[in-house]
Amino acid sequence: MLKGVSLSVAEGECLALLGPTGAGKSTLCLCLNGLIPHLVEGTFRGGVHVAGHSTLESTPGELSQTVGLVFQDAESQFVSMTVEDEVAFGLESLALPPDEIERRLTEALEMTGVAGLRSRSPLELSGGQKQRVALAAVLAMRPRVLVLDEPTTNLDPVGKAALLKAIRRLRKAWGTTVVWVTQDVDWVPQLADRVAVLWNGRIALIGGLPEVFDQGALLRRMGLRVPQVRELAARFDRAGQGGHAWLGMDEAAGVLRGRLGG
Amino acid sequence: MRQRGYCEDGLVARVAIELENCSYTYDGRVRALREVSCAIEAGSWVALVGQNGSGKSTLAKLCNGLLRPQQGRVRINGVDIRHRPVGSVAREVGYLFQNPDHQIFAPTVREEIAFGLRNLGFPSPEREQRLWSALEAFDLTAYADHPPAVLGFGLRRQVTVASLFAWGPPILILDEATQGLDWERSERLLDRLRERQDAGHTILFITHDMRLVAERASRVMVLHQGKLLAEGPVREILARPDLLARASVSPPPVTHLSQLLRPWGMKGESLTVEDFYCEYSALLAEREGV
Repeated sequence: MLKGVSLSVAEGECLALLGPTGAGKSTLCLCLNGLIPHLVEGTFRGGVHVAGHSTLESTPGELSQTVGLVFQDAESQFVSMTVEDEVAFGLESLALPPDEIERRLTEALEMTGVAGLRSRSPLELSGGQKQRVALAAVLAMRPRVLVLDEPTTNLDPVGKAALLKAIRRLRKAWGTTVVWVTQDVDWVPQLADRVAVLWNGRIALIGGLPEVFDQGALLRRMGLRVPQVRELAARFDRAGQGGHAWLGMDEAAGVLRGRLGG
Repeated sequence: MRQRGYCEDGLVARVAIELENCSYTYDGRVRALREVSCAIEAGSWVALVGQNGSGKSTLAKLCNGLLRPQQGRVRINGVDIRHRPVGSVAREVGYLFQNPDHQIFAPTVREEIAFGLRNLGFPSPEREQRLWSALEAFDLTAYADHPPAVLGFGLRRQVTVASLFAWGPPILILDEATQGLDWERSERLLDRLRERQDAGHTILFITHDMRLVAERASRVMVLHQGKLLAEGPVREILARPDLLARASVSPPPVTHLSQLLRPWGMKGESLTVEDFYCEYSALLAEREGV
């Protein structure tokens, strides 16, 4: 699944991880929180260090306070009858004092914008709300590294925007390091500092957004798209009206407006 | 735009799916659909969009008889399906569940696809022929004897689509068929669907991917809180950001960009990169007096 992957993510950075189905993205996520090699069968070679902890020398339980993992399907992670119990579940298993649990619980719910849903059942929430509750449950553990495995896949645009907003808020407040697996390439410029492309179990491309998304032809051969705004910039380039490398909407609108004399 | 869905005489559009004043309430309390009326022409590709929980899947399940409206009528090819068993409706309406695991149950890929064919009474030689051409169309030949459960999500999804294609119902309803697929697999699936549409089949496609809607669909239906907020040609609907915002749907990036440039002369209805580029270039040439 993974073949000789070397990768480092700086503290506080957000790395977007792209790749076609079966490239090894989820496998890489499971290596980061120690479920590989501790719980998933297979052959593991090499080493993974997360915030100074070796995943080989720590148990997944110990790592859960350093690395938080949110999956695509939040529902499969839910174990409790209320949002409050769901978010407090991990904290209670750490045997923290009740006032500390309450403090972290409130903070996580506020950070993710679900404080108003505290006494609701997680199962009756919308997809976007469920994903934010799953995120809150992970945040309550105060992880220094957050690993998001396609958290927005099942969400409508409003749900996606709300989740990304919560992650931005979190990075600003705590400087959390984020590894974000996604297929939603148009949303990548909103959050990521760098992009890595995983293909056939190897890192095929890694770098800043402009450099990676410059490789449109290569990405297409790997079954991936580039953000549509970047595609548009490339279309202007091909027509000899070059020099554009927009990634963001505002940037593109500014330049295009300027050329129309606005 | 290509014209589709017309009878041989070229005059009258045939309606494949018709909902008349349909309402549906789950458990007598969650009102999922409220008095929805719509007509989908044969041979059209209609995208059904709206927020999570807006009633999209409920509407789809009314069309294939999995759910029965508590109020209103559903007609498939002009026939009220009220008293028809689900199995009989399924001969005309193929349905792809949002989650492939909700419909996969056979021990091998080959048997999974053969099951539906046998059920629908295809004779043995034709069954084999349909089975293998479906496997080929979705690059599944190498997996024919694999248990579906050991395949990845993308391949499991392809198995369910291949099952539908094998017996080729004239109406296809697909709930988030491309979700979780990478771009290449997604494009391949959409190309196969386009071929079916060109052969006159009707496609109702539920999705959140507005880039896909802009590139592939001929018409769009927008659902919001169980009501049909709007229905029309893709270009017309995507050009209305206020309407889309009410339904918590956002247009694709290039459409949005063309709307930001409306005060400078763009029409705000670009559907693709090429669309945007052509309109912008023409506008620029006009400004520069070329």
